[in-house]
Amino acid sequence: MLVPWQGGARRATSVSGQRERRLANTIVEFDRVGLRYGTGAEVLRDLDFRLREGTFYFLTGPSGAGKTSLLKLLYLAQRPTRGRMSLFGDELADAPRDALPAYRRRIGVVFQDFRLIRHLSAFDNVALPLRIAGHDEQQVEGPVREMLAWVGLADRASARPPTLSGGEQQRVAIARAVIARPEIIIADEPTGNVDAAMAERILHLLTAMNRLGTTVIVATHDLGLIAATPGAQLIRLENGLLVDPTGALKHPPGAPTRELGR
Amino acid sequence: MSFLVISEPERRLIPSSGVRGPVPLLIAIMTFVMVVVAATGLALVNSAAVVKSGVEHRYSIQIADGSAKAPAAMAAARSAPGVIRANQVPPDDLRRTLERWLGPSGAEADLPLPAIIDVDVAPAADPNRIGQIIERAVPGARFVAHRASLAPLLQALTGLTLLAFGLVMLIAMASAAATILAARGALDNHRATIEVMHGIGATDRQVARLFVRQIAIDALLGGLAGAAVAGLIIALILGGASTATVLAGAPPIGWKDALLLALLPLAVALLATVVARAALLRALRERL
Repeated sequence: MLVPWQGGARRATSVSGQRERRLANTIVEFDRVGLRYGTGAEVLRDLDFRLREGTFYFLTGPSGAGKTSLLKLLYLAQRPTRGRMSLFGDELADAPRDALPAYRRRIGVVFQDFRLIRHLSAFDNVALPLRIAGHDEQQVEGPVREMLAWVGLADRASARPPTLSGGEQQRVAIARAVIARPEIIIADEPTGNVDAAMAERILHLLTAMNRLGTTVIVATHDLGLIAATPGAQLIRLENGLLVDPTGALKHPPGAPTRELGR
Repeated sequence: MSFLVISEPERRLIPSSGVRGPVPLLIAIMTFVMVVVAATGLALVNSAAVVKSGVEHRYSIQIADGSAKAPAAMAAARSAPGVIRANQVPPDDLRRTLERWLGPSGAEADLPLPAIIDVDVAPAADPNRIGQIIERAVPGARFVAHRASLAPLLQALTGLTLLAFGLVMLIAMASAAATILAARGALDNHRATIEVMHGIGATDRQVARLFVRQIAIDALLGGLAGAAVAGLIIALILGGASTATVLAGAPPIGWKDALLLALLPLAVALLATVVARAALLRALRERL
């Protein structure tokens, strides 16, 4: 049973030290969730699943299956039109609008089209989540420089997105998504615009974040990426319906799951 | 007012050119008109006050059937408590006045003339009691306040004053409406940035703050420019009217009025800021 919204986002007190506890918890729960835009047909139907904290998930499915719509629900850009949806243990389908920013700060998103702010430098784009969260500039400078160095853009910190290549923009978007150490990272085709070496590096970053306890949800068509990620689970959507090849996702937290990619 | 203070990185999020556009010019024009109209209103208030104070304690004794009863009326007036001065208007002056109205026949000697006595009373005097004393001494005499004669003029001045301040309010509302449109336009221009900020967890207040500061600056700059031009024009007009001002006994716009007018651009900027913030928060609430 979902816990009704109780008035505020709770921040986990630690990540790495409590990985065992987190693995046992449900971080996302959908209960007969449906979504339609306007008066159109439902693009998502009867989604009924739970995601465990600290697990790596791949979301796959053909184009038009509803992957992006599901991601929008997950990063709270859209509310379900029916059903119940819980994140971090709180029911959010009907949560007051003012409550959502606190939850969004716990989620890092890598958009397929990057959504970088064109007139800001790469540094400012990456620093945005920290500044929005209220960190002062001394707390921003170091982590952002470090993150830019990690994604190989240390010397492009002052470059604006229009002057960056697609791959560089992708890396800035990833750096922005992970800079605030979110509890959930949602990435829509994060390796779609980068070469194999950078794809491997991005995957390494995501798996590293996952090892620290972060729940990672990656929408991708890249079977190689899935195969290269042992321990990840697969969520497959077709025509707005959840198709679960493993059968594991319908099990409650703690149930045995089959690892993919072995 | 803490929402007006933003950091340098926050400032970079919304390039200032995105909000400016016609807003400062629009606010400048609105403030110019507002200050001129308000100055006119204040001048009308002051003029009405000058006229009013000039006749405040002045009365006339009117005796319709001639000047034979004038000495008795004057004696009664001078004996009444609170009367400072009582002087009969010379019959020749009356004839000249009548001549202006009636032509040469107004000056004929056989034309019956009313007697008119100007009476000044002390501020604390009881005009009703004085009137009773005079009317008792000279039946048929009327003790009339000058204020009553000037009532239509004073009413007209009051009406014009109210009209002026009504116009000021209308212009203020128009400024507010222009600011709302500007704020909504700024939101539309920066829709992509706002969506990213919301997605990352920015609150509506954080987003609105970026725009409100710029609108406040634009409104203040525009308001000050408009008020400066209006002030210059008013000063020129007042300079030309200095002779009339001296004759009227008081400047049409005093230093307190000037201070009030100087506060108008600040009031416009404050109004624009408050209205813009409310409009921005309302517009942002329409999004998820």
